[in-house]
Amino acid sequence: MTDKHPALRDWEEGELKKALTRSPERQKQFTRPGGGEIPRLAMPAAISDEYLENIGFPGRYPFTRGVQPTMYRGRLWTMRQYAGFSTASESNRRYRYLLDQGQTGLSVAFDLPTQIGYDSDHPMSRGEVGRVGVAIDSLADMETLFEHIPLGKISTSMTINAPAMILLAMYAAVAEKQGVGPERLQGTIQNDILKEYVARGTYIFPPRPSLRLITDIFRWCAAHAPQFNTISISGYHIREAGATAAQEIAFTLANGITYVQTALDAGLELEVFARRLAFFFNASSNLLEEVAKFRAARRLWARIMRERFAAQSPAARMLRFHTQTAGSSLTAQQIDNNIVRVTIQALAAVLGGTQSLHTNSRDEALGLPTEEAVRTALRTQQIIACESGVADSVDPLAGSYYIEQLTDSLEAEARALIDRIDEAGGVVACIEDGFIQGQIEEASYRYQQEIETGERIIVGVNDYQVAEERSVPVLRVDPAQEEAQRRRLAEVRAGRDQERTARALAELESAARTEAPLMEPVLAAVRGYCTLGEICGVLRKVFGEYR
Amino acid sequence: MAEQYRVLIGKPGLDGHDRGAKFIVRALRDAGFEVIYTGIRRTAEEIAAAAIQEDVAAVGLSSMSGAHLRLFPAVIEALNQAGAGDIPVLGGGIIPEEDVDILRQAGIQAIFTPGTPAATIIAAFTKACEEHHRRHR
Repeated sequence: MTDKHPALRDWEEGELKKALTRSPERQKQFTRPGGGEIPRLAMPAAISDEYLENIGFPGRYPFTRGVQPTMYRGRLWTMRQYAGFSTASESNRRYRYLLDQGQTGLSVAFDLPTQIGYDSDHPMSRGEVGRVGVAIDSLADMETLFEHIPLGKISTSMTINAPAMILLAMYAAVAEKQGVGPERLQGTIQNDILKEYVARGTYIFPPRPSLRLITDIFRWCAAHAPQFNTISISGYHIREAGATAAQEIAFTLANGITYVQTALDAGLELEVFARRLAFFFNASSNLLEEVAKFRAARRLWARIMRERFAAQSPAARMLRFHTQTAGSSLTAQQIDNNIVRVTIQALAAVLGGTQSLHTNSRDEALGLPTEEAVRTALRTQQIIACESGVADSVDPLAGSYYIEQLTDSLEAEARALIDRIDEAGGVVACIEDGFIQGQIEEASYRYQQEIETGERIIVGVNDYQVAEERSVPVLRVDPAQEEAQRRRLAEVRAGRDQERTARALAELESAARTEAPLMEPVLAAVRGYCTLGEICGVLRKVFGEYR
Repeated sequence: MAEQYRVLIGKPGLDGHDRGAKFIVRALRDAGFEVIYTGIRRTAEEIAAAAIQEDVAAVGLSSMSGAHLRLFPAVIEALNQAGAGDIPVLGGGIIPEEDVDILRQAGIQAIFTPGTPAATIIAAFTKACEEHHRRHR
């Protein structure tokens, strides 16, 4: 054997050896069909300084090739299908079905009233209860949602933003009843309010008090739930709203910078909270651009954390992310074609080194997915994992001239956009003056115009159409369940200790009026079966509402 | 277009997905309409009040959250209540085929599902506005 480059030897004896000691790879040996060993990490024949600076090794700064030294040879990504609809007991049934089908983590979808802090009996909730997710009014619903699901063993992702603190408190309270302390909780809350103002729309409070709630969650988790991801900084919805790949990276990382700076300003310890930041990206159909996007985002975040914030540990510089395939790319025409789109997108996520993945179902341009369609979506991931072979060698596209060039240019474009935001006074200022929204809108309009003029072909939509009968079964949420949910809420309200409820809400209000941390008073309110709407009502009164 | 029609695009309910709504706003503007966009998370009453105040010739509603069977008819109801039931209402979003007829019967003039070309939607607004103007002359 020829002399190994010292950097390679250093990585093998350092990061790699440590990873292999901690847990062995999935197989003793990875081989091609018919024999022939698959290399763990294919490397260029000669390692240049430029290679070391920009591409490097997996599990080592700047993490271009991935955050783990062995990536999917060690452990496959978490297959995490976002689900939840109608009532807590219906959703609980779907979660247990998905776990039985081999899914390895839960991902809870809440209905819009829950996401916007309204109880199911609020006038604004009418027609929306249990539609796009599960309705949670109080701890009682949360207890039902996780019945017979051991919270000490499973990791749960919750798509909740403005009222994230309340849902996290409910989750911790349910775990407590199962005898599981917060230190054992694993999962993620989305808790990313900044992208709500520009893309997703489920804001409640203005930016400043919202950032305070987020920082309070960082603080509480650092002390009590150190394994829990406190935020999932999301480019997904920014991309869905029409942004380009470079904009997705830039706006997401700019939001990340804002959260880090806010937490530092509040006196939190960078090395502690930075390692619990998670990210969430979109996987669209432009396969190679998407692979480059994930690699560029990882490298740029590592550089920002090092250069701007002087983060020292690898964990504090590491961008770990969840991916969902692009909902907006699904067509209502020839819906089976969506399975192919989702496959390409999921492949991009895996080739880009995602930590967890949701694959959309083929029928989602028509309505909520049926159980069968969800199963096919999960099977898509399993086929990529078990049959395609792409999980057997780390960052297999590295070194492709095109991929590396695209990674470089996406990083540069995103960096330039982040600089522009900095110069304009940061993200909050750029939301307030509409700069970010305007950028996204412009990109979205351009893209849609290309489809309208036929410059861009969407198969089955503006080319290759067929005449088809479009009566495909979709999942229906029984409207009677809205009424049933309101009845359950009324029962909870009637059956609780009213004095305790009133006291908890009063204490929360006085804490909110000072600078005091809010997680403990929220936990007390939740344990006393105060409803989500009551707790948000108190905070609305103190913080005001964003419009 | 001989005269400029004024229309309102509204997002009733709690749904924040307005990429489609914003695209239609712009496509209609490019086609010569004057367009007022309500922004997200409006009540049926707010949308009806804005439509009347702005004296629009048609209203377009968008919903992706599955609450269209309640929200779209609620806007018609609010317009009727305010004595403006003659303003035509059109809608779009993620709407299952079997709901389209229900919405038409409830008085929604046209429903556009994903993949509908902008030209089709513009033509439908033009027709709705022309009819509305004819009735008011």
